[in-house]
Amino acid sequence: MIETVLNVGLPHYLILAGFLFTIGVFGIFLNRKNMIVILMSIELMLLAVNINFVAFSSYLGDLTGQVFTMFILTVAAAEAAIGLAILVVFFRNKGSIAVEDIAGLKG
Amino acid sequence: MIIQGLAFLLFSGILSISALLVITARNPVHSVLWLVLAFFNSAGLFVLLGAEFIAFLMVIVYVGAVAVLFLFVVMMLEVDFVSLRQGAMQYVPVGLIVGGVLFAELVFMYGGLEIEAVNQAVTEVQNSQSIGLVLYTDYIFPFQVAGLILFVAMIGAIVLTHRTRPGVRRQNIAEQHNRKPEEAMEIRKVTTGTGA
Repeated sequence: MIETVLNVGLPHYLILAGFLFTIGVFGIFLNRKNMIVILMSIELMLLAVNINFVAFSSYLGDLTGQVFTMFILTVAAAEAAIGLAILVVFFRNKGSIAVEDIAGLKG
Repeated sequence: MIIQGLAFLLFSGILSISALLVITARNPVHSVLWLVLAFFNSAGLFVLLGAEFIAFLMVIVYVGAVAVLFLFVVMMLEVDFVSLRQGAMQYVPVGLIVGGVLFAELVFMYGGLEIEAVNQAVTEVQNSQSIGLVLYTDYIFPFQVAGLILFVAMIGAIVLTHRTRPGVRRQNIAEQHNRKPEEAMEIRKVTTGTGA
């Protein structure tokens, strides 16, 4: 038992990434009102995907996974910047960051 | 092997706990700080996997830029965060069901996975160097597009948040240059003993 836990292989990393991704999804459900924590949950999910990519890249001996991790990192940074900018503008106009208030397009 | 396993347990344990605390913390500032801890531990995991460059990038980009950005925004917004958490408990059952099903599916899928680890030949080439060798040759186009995405994001963020406020005194260089001595000063004859 202890040996299977300590003998770290690819499944360990994959299950850890799956757990992190699940936490991200759960965080979106848990913080339905708080936009900032939803953005943080999305960051967690992206982190889980990055762990998957790097684990496969390391165990298959292929650098492509690490290169694509960098692209995910780029997109995550851009997404965080734009998302937070939209959040700031929304807060300036409406004075709230609750998700249910962001329904102006519903008509 | 044992040390690697123990390090994995340490990093992954702290990573899981801090990720849970990110979504459950009452104060979003604490959430951001737990997120920083999670990123540090994931950097440790990347070092364990032999991807040092990604680990550095994780610390520099995520902790140094993204988390600090989050921290700024959380601290700048004057939101009553307590009221945002009210009624959060009613979503817990649905979230647990969806999360549980998702996690179970992922574990079943990974359990059936059979992948032979490729034994890497021990080379003198460092991880950063070998990434550079692929990134600037095979992936040069995606690399440039990534730069373009960051550029567009930067312009977008500035355009979105920029505002001109009325009633703010600011320097107008052209106006200053066009000032004439006639409008700026007045010449008076001062007679002795009376003052201006």
